[in-house]
Amino acid sequence: MNDTRTLLADTCTRLFTAEVTPALIEAAEKGVWPAALWQILEENGLTLPQIPESRGGAGGAWGDAHVVLAACGRFAVPLPVAETMIGAWLLSESGLNVPLGPLTVAPVRPAEKLALAREGAGWRLSGTAVRVPWGASAGHVVVLAEGDGKPMVALVKGGTAKAEPDVNLAQEARDTLEWTGAPVLSAAAAGAGLPTGALMLAGAMARSAQMAGGLESLLSQSVKYVAERVQFGRPLASFQAIQHQLALLAGHTAAAGIAAQKGFAAMDAGDAGFEIACAKIRTGEASGLGAGIAHQCHGAIGFTYEHTLHFVTRRLWSWRAEFGAEAYWAAALGREVAARGADALWPYLTSR
Amino acid sequence: MATFNFELGELPPEAQKVREEIRDFLARTLGGTSATKRALSWGGFDREFSRKLGEAGFIGMTWPKKYGGHERSALERYVVLEETLAAGAPTSAHWVADRQSGPLLLRFGTEEQRRRFLPRIAKGELAFAIGMSEPDSGSDLASIRTRAERVEGGYRVNGTKIWTSNAHISDYAIALFRTKVVPDKKHEGLSQFLVDLKSEGIGIRPIIDLAGGHHFNEVHFQNVFVPDDMLVGKDGDGWKQVTTELAFERSGPERYLSSVQLVIELIREAGAEPGERAAVVIGRLTAHMATLRQMSLSVAGMLQAGQNPNLEAAVVKDVGTSFEQEIPEVVHALLGIEPRLGSGSQFERVFGYLVEHAPSFSLRGGTREVLRGIIARGLGLR
Ligand SMILES: Cc1cc2nc3c(=O)[nH]c(=O)nc-3n(C[C@H](O)[C@H](O)[C@H](O)COP(=O)(O)OP(=O)(O)OC[C@H]3O[C@@H](n4cnc5c(N)ncnc54)[C@H](O)[C@@H]3O)c2cc1C
Repeated sequence: MNDTRTLLADTCTRLFTAEVTPALIEAAEKGVWPAALWQILEENGLTLPQIPESRGGAGGAWGDAHVVLAACGRFAVPLPVAETMIGAWLLSESGLNVPLGPLTVAPVRPAEKLALAREGAGWRLSGTAVRVPWGASAGHVVVLAEGDGKPMVALVKGGTAKAEPDVNLAQEARDTLEWTGAPVLSAAAAGAGLPTGALMLAGAMARSAQMAGGLESLLSQSVKYVAERVQFGRPLASFQAIQHQLALLAGHTAAAGIAAQKGFAAMDAGDAGFEIACAKIRTGEASGLGAGIAHQCHGAIGFTYEHTLHFVTRRLWSWRAEFGAEAYWAAALGREVAARGADALWPYLTSR
Repeated sequence: MATFNFELGELPPEAQKVREEIRDFLARTLGGTSATKRALSWGGFDREFSRKLGEAGFIGMTWPKKYGGHERSALERYVVLEETLAAGAPTSAHWVADRQSGPLLLRFGTEEQRRRFLPRIAKGELAFAIGMSEPDSGSDLASIRTRAERVEGGYRVNGTKIWTSNAHISDYAIALFRTKVVPDKKHEGLSQFLVDLKSEGIGIRPIIDLAGGHHFNEVHFQNVFVPDDMLVGKDGDGWKQVTTELAFERSGPERYLSSVQLVIELIREAGAEPGERAAVVIGRLTAHMATLRQMSLSVAGMLQAGQNPNLEAAVVKDVGTSFEQEIPEVVHALLGIEPRLGSGSQFERVFGYLVEHAPSFSLRGGTREVLRGIIARGLGLR
């Protein structure tokens, strides 16, 4: 990591250690919007790290966003930080201004379509999107929609859709939004710099960093717990069965970490479809295995609401399914690899 | 708590250039080799191939020129390793020497030993075996009993090494012997030696593996004289040195690529438009392989930066061997084919070969349990 990113990581760790308390996450789970935390994030430039300064961002790269999102995963930050970064990216790449405050994005399912219809000089939005992160509470929604037969990016105000609230396992809002001719604040043809499937791709990339961060938290919580908990007259850490389970968790955590990092690096290099698919598959799989190991090492206490382990494990279980689960990305990747042919596998891998 | 320091590695332009060169070399030397042959991976032993590889400058790549090396970077060497593995080249006539015996001599050997052995290793002329395990000492390597007793001008060795791969076709071994018995301190009194495998008193008995193959051996030492100038490093420093040697052994990309030919043949079998299940399997294996490659590249980057990535190498080997062992399992689950060595299909033969050999992947070079112990120590659990 370069110096600015180390600094950024330290800032995140410092702020989140102080602010993202179990009480705050619990309140968020009950539907309380952590407004003060959002403000701190925004003031510290953590919500738009990779957006040009001319559009109100910090002027960094996706590699910087990676640092922030991994930290958000590590601390289970209950806010649409990833969604804000992605929404702002869609806007700024399409030449649109980025509003202040939390953003979300839609649609987050590959099969869903939203439509823009011209009205006078502007546009109106129609369609239904399910499981939109913080769909009902984000200040604005950035949508990818079809207008005049072309892919477009549009910005609408929060509250312009009929919302049906729902949550994921971690009690993060995942709402169904239904727009019927809602007014659009701004819209433009999707920027030429945006890859096809930009929203799914960026969403999968972001979740992979959050999952990798979550796994780091599971590893450190588990290592700490087994050193403290005594059974049979000695710390659990001294039992080989426990040591080996945590060594396995460490392996999956390391693999998830580098897979996610590679996705962001490829995004900065401008061609990331392959790396993001790999990252979402690898981090998703590590999440399932890692959550299992962490819970096993914690015993019953880790299965209580009082303990903090579940703040991370419930997120991992949900995140691995969001923006395309492993099966979705593996099928797409597998078809691509097969189409290129058996003898192209190795040359292709080494060209990335 | 220790964290694992996997940073993304970037290959410099000169490494990309080496990739073209080694690919060109491999295409010329191996063109037409069957998938079944390639599946042997670093199990194949072919002195002719090793000599050509050495002649082309691909062995001892990072060593000083005065010892026959080529003063290339660890990353250039990494590219050559991964390309030869991916191509399924028969590398074992030089692999051990290039990977661990040579580097060990470079680190601990005398000037005379370096001048005598390194240039010939770099030429691909010398095959080395690893003399560590004994009948009663596997994972507990420090418990070895083969004795090297001080005599006039050198040492006299008695005892037995086992599982010594290619001892019957190699020139030398680097072996760990007990030069002093220190009661209750098994890590002390160990020393490493260069052993000429044609020395008087050495008896090499083949051990046939479960597949009927002969690569490893039992090596008996009966009053074998090893002269003073064949002691490697310091008498009594054997444990520290052998730990370094094992780190060299574990740091390469061979720990996740053993089953790569099966992945390639699976893709061929599935065709250009695979069904959903096959596509998911292929995509998943690809994601794992690409990730392991990044981890392995990261370790190469740490070596290049002069760091000591022992812990990270153990992580890559643990994750990597689990992956390469899982591949035949995944193929079975997908297709339910029978593993057959006599099949007319290359795919089924490669599958058969890997089903039989996969159990060894997490044994050789330190078992899974030993590696997890190392990782657990790195986590501060022991
Ligand atoms: C194909 C192949 C090639 C080899 N080539 C060489 C070679 O060239 N030179 C050489 O010196 N050796 C070689 N070996 C030997 C290899 O290093 C040993 O097999 C390995 O160190 C394990 O020793 P072992 O087989 O005696 O098993 P053991 O040590 O008896 O172990 C058996 C099982 O018990 C587990 N175990 C042992 N101790 C513990 C513990 N404390 N806690 C938990 N589990 C434990 C092991 O992990 C393993 O699963 C080779 C092995 C193979 C399979």
